[in-house]
Amino acid sequence: MLAPGLYHILFISTALFFIGVYGFFTRRNLITILMSVELILNSVNLNFIAFNKYLWPDKLDGLFFTIFIIAIAAAEAAVAIAIIINLYRSHHSIDVENAEEMKY
Amino acid sequence: MSGSTIVFFMLATLTLISAVLAVTTRQIFRAAIFLLFSLIGIAGLYFWMQYEFIAAVQIVVYVGGITVLIIFSIFLTQQAGEKMPKQQIGRQMFSALAAFCGFALIMLQLYKHSFTATTEPAIEPTVVNIGNQMLGVEQGGYALPFEVVSILLLAALIGCIVIAASPNPSNGGALEKPQILKK
Repeated sequence: MLAPGLYHILFISTALFFIGVYGFFTRRNLITILMSVELILNSVNLNFIAFNKYLWPDKLDGLFFTIFIIAIAAAEAAVAIAIIINLYRSHHSIDVENAEEMKY
Repeated sequence: MSGSTIVFFMLATLTLISAVLAVTTRQIFRAAIFLLFSLIGIAGLYFWMQYEFIAAVQIVVYVGGITVLIIFSIFLTQQAGEKMPKQQIGRQMFSALAAFCGFALIMLQLYKHSFTATTEPAIEPTVVNIGNQMLGVEQGGYALPFEVVSILLLAALIGCIVIAASPNPSNGGALEKPQILKK
């Protein structure tokens, strides 16, 4: 078997991305949708690090993008959970089917 | 097969299997725990690629921060041990098909494409190099994005407090005690 390299890591990150997409399509609970989004963001981070390591090891730009994505993902998760808790207060449920006032 | 290869495939298996379980299990608390293992597997992959700083950041922010936040919000909004309702089989089939088609498309493109690596000498991703470039203001420095992200985090902090506090202007904008929910 070949030694693991760039293509193996790209395979993992692609698989992780589409696992996240599958969860995003099927889940109906807001917290589990948020978990799927975290998986998608992590696959992007893995891609940035792999490209930085195997294709452009003379620069650190992929690493900085990863750091900023992690910071923005943390802010996004905090705001999303604040919204979810507020929604639970007003609707007593966090299913997407019950939060449809702004749908039409 | 060398030890490094074995470690890589173990980490990859851990990451992918726990990610699949995190999006398919019907108990939400278990989903959070599987997500935790998946994030740990990704941190292990960063260690395997010898990007130790990013791996440490991943463990501190994702494993230590976001997962704990998600578990807290599960306890605040969910009845413990309750299973989520079953999904319609048609929707599951459609989603799996869409995800698999996207995956196949990307993998086809990926194996047709050949990447060319640079031949410049490599920079070690040590904390000294990262710190010097992150706070540098010369060509290639990341001081401006760093400040912008600081402002964003401050805005998110204030926004969370404003959103999660229930609005009650009668007591002068002071934070209200959480109301007891009707069952």
